[in-house]
Amino acid sequence: MGKRKIALVFSLTLVIASLISIAADGLNFGIDFTGGYLIEVGYERDIEITPIRKALTENGYEDAQVQHFGTARDILVRIAPREDTNKASMSDDIFRILKANTDQTVTMRRVEFVGPQVGEELREQGGLALLVALGGILVYISFRFQFKSAVGAILALIHDVIITVGVFAITQMEFDLTVLAALLAVIGYSLNDTVVVLDRIRESFRALRKTIPHEILNLSINQTLSRTLMTSMTTLLVLFALFLLGGEVIHGFAFALIVGIFVGTYSSIYVASSTLMLMDIKKQDFLEATREDVVDDRP
Amino acid sequence: MLNQYPLWKYLSLLITLVIGCIYALPNLYGEDPAVQVSGRTKSIDQDGLLSIEKTLRDRNIEFKSSELIEGRALVRFKDEETQLQAADLLNASLDKNHLVALNLAPATPDWLRELNAQPMYLGLDLRGGVHFLMEVDMHAAVKRLEESLLADIRTHLREEKIRYRGASLDDTGLHIRFRDANEIEKAVDSLKEQFRELLFNVNEDQMQIDATLTEAAIAEEKKSALHQNIITLRNRVNELGVAEPVIQQQGDSRIVVQLPGIQDTVGAKKILGATATLEFRLTEGTRSEWLDAEKTGRVPLKALLYHERDGQPVLLQRDVIVTGDQIVDAASTIDSQKGVPAVSVRLNGKGAKKMGEVTRENVGHPMAVVFIENKVESRQVGDEIVKKRITSKEVINVATIREQFSSKFQITGLESQEARDLALLLRAGSLRAPVEIIEERTIGPSLGKDNINQGFLSVVIGFALVLLFMAVYYRAFGMIANVALTVNLVLIIAILSLLQATLTMPGIAGIVLTVGMAVDANVLIFERIREEIRNGNSPQASIHAGYEKAFSTITDANVTTLLAAIVLFSLGTGPVKGFAVTLSIGILTSMFTAIVGTRAIVNLLYGSRNIKKLSI
Repeated sequence: MGKRKIALVFSLTLVIASLISIAADGLNFGIDFTGGYLIEVGYERDIEITPIRKALTENGYEDAQVQHFGTARDILVRIAPREDTNKASMSDDIFRILKANTDQTVTMRRVEFVGPQVGEELREQGGLALLVALGGILVYISFRFQFKSAVGAILALIHDVIITVGVFAITQMEFDLTVLAALLAVIGYSLNDTVVVLDRIRESFRALRKTIPHEILNLSINQTLSRTLMTSMTTLLVLFALFLLGGEVIHGFAFALIVGIFVGTYSSIYVASSTLMLMDIKKQDFLEATREDVVDDRP
Repeated sequence: MLNQYPLWKYLSLLITLVIGCIYALPNLYGEDPAVQVSGRTKSIDQDGLLSIEKTLRDRNIEFKSSELIEGRALVRFKDEETQLQAADLLNASLDKNHLVALNLAPATPDWLRELNAQPMYLGLDLRGGVHFLMEVDMHAAVKRLEESLLADIRTHLREEKIRYRGASLDDTGLHIRFRDANEIEKAVDSLKEQFRELLFNVNEDQMQIDATLTEAAIAEEKKSALHQNIITLRNRVNELGVAEPVIQQQGDSRIVVQLPGIQDTVGAKKILGATATLEFRLTEGTRSEWLDAEKTGRVPLKALLYHERDGQPVLLQRDVIVTGDQIVDAASTIDSQKGVPAVSVRLNGKGAKKMGEVTRENVGHPMAVVFIENKVESRQVGDEIVKKRITSKEVINVATIREQFSSKFQITGLESQEARDLALLLRAGSLRAPVEIIEERTIGPSLGKDNINQGFLSVVIGFALVLLFMAVYYRAFGMIANVALTVNLVLIIAILSLLQATLTMPGIAGIVLTVGMAVDANVLIFERIREEIRNGNSPQASIHAGYEKAFSTITDANVTTLLAAIVLFSLGTGPVKGFAVTLSIGILTSMFTAIVGTRAIVNLLYGSRNIKKLSI
């Protein structure tokens, strides 16, 4: 708790850096949101990108983005939505060009096509999902805790979401539907952590005779610290397993969760309680709340 | 103080565990490569099954078992090679009223199947296959209804002997023009009586009646267009020989089509989206008149200008003899006289009667076959999405009528692949309105396998790491938590199998995540117990207080995650939904196992004796 000021500066720096990067670089949205084509093919042996790019350019796909995907044997081709092509045959056409360009056997691994109208809908739905989740959680928290704690929890939450999205803006990793799903899971998880700490703070304020808020916050955080670290530890263990072994498709998802859990653990220890201190939390805040929530405080 | 559960609690926990194990069990058995045979019109009976078995035995193709399931024959094989051999053989030896499809059938033992236990339903990203989202062009469906009403109005006015100048259709509706006001009055009353789906409005200045469709008629047409399209798509998918396809309505103008395990996606797309159909019309005028019409652009009133495949103009009569809708059966063959690809078609009663009459009266007159294809494509122009509709009408054949046609005859003028596709399309029925593929997700079989393997591996490794960690950190209590975690995993799988919810790759990620987070409840409880012991309480009191005090915290913490999962479920699509499902199930089962499950074990082990020290 003594390091509160340092933490505050650290958090603000991260949040501002994230916001700047989101504004300046933008997010590298996947085709789920932009619409377009994505074709993944597998080769028998390692394959170079340059000849593939050349072959595609020669056949009228100048805008195709070609990259390795996961291994040097897998190639991912991305094409923005086009104005004038027969959609049904487009992936077939690209597959044929790639096949003609090599003596290896090429296998079709994945084709995704998202039409402009679907991309638009997924964008809207995604944004809506984030807002609804935040809103629902806000309502729940304000029922269960008093005002100052709720503000602390929500600030911690927004802090986590901004930084996680910021990391995606800075690294320019692809932001697709699964990453959005991960972001919603981060919201749930980060709150989970914060709620445990706030619960303990509330309990300590009510149970202990000490009245110096500073000490109570410190005590509560220390009491829950080993639990916070333990749970983050086990969750991170499985996420690293997923990140390293789960394959390329799930990479962005696992990465978003790992970042979110790091940030979420940190924020539940520092951000939520710092906010409470800044808002001048007192024993009275909780005593009053006790009388109010006599009924709905019991699980 | 002692910690004990009443006997019924232990028993109900045990029963839950047993049920969980039984329903999770089918996932341990793999899948058999199988061939599924179904009848085009009627279901396969016992005799059919016997003859299939005999066909296979005669060729020495070994099969593991064969059975009838809901009117379909399912034959299982020991490997994919035999499966393919058998499919080829059956395809060749069975007549065209049978559909043969490759399938992977779960190898669940009979006693489990009797209990209705099935393995989890794998999503397309795990088993490979195609997912299409199609949008039905409702504008075209409504237009088509207006066109047919316009034709009916013309006939009706003629039959009622009401004289009118002309009738036409544009974006504002139908317009019927008259010469004198008396006729208008007569017409309105008669039309109102006959066409309840239209709203008529007399426009006296222009001497015409304007008609628009009622809201109800439009809604009804959209509904039936969607319904008809789903039926047609289902027929076409059956023709393609796909086992376990999914064809579902989504929203009020979209259809989801999922074809597991299909390899030729390009061919599938072509067949699914095709709106090809035929029309038969008599020609109008002579060849020189056709060329004239092409040059001057002046087309006689009762004719329409078409082109043949080589670009030659043809004038055809406005009246259609028969349309593709009246074709009940079609097959691609080779014309025996000319040796070119042909489609043999059979008409329904109404179509055959009309065709018979027209051909009898017009022996010696040329008749044309028109091949019609509708397409619709959306593209983004600036911020707007514009739909482009293309209709191509080609005359594939003009031939002189030699004699009266019966209900069955042949059409030539197509290439062999075209003839095969057209026969399939005519058999499966036409789409009421054009469809457009607006989303496609194809997962090749190799990626599907990789996804399963990698997903499985990450669950196993993640699970093992957590088990190890808990055992080291909390010793005896850690082991108890590990038992709970294992039961939790079994329960998640059992519930997923029972619900037959689709398991996707993000769904597996959800399971992995739940494994990591499931121990949280136990960590909270154990930390609390440790604390109580540090505060000098007796072990039994500490256990009691630990569970008691942690409960509300655990609930609070899990409800927030559950909230996020529910939002994801209601707003997410496809794979993301899969994540939300496993996450929600995982949260619920983990709360159950971590609180009730571990408590039961702790009570059993420590509850009834006086202990000095806890291994925690």
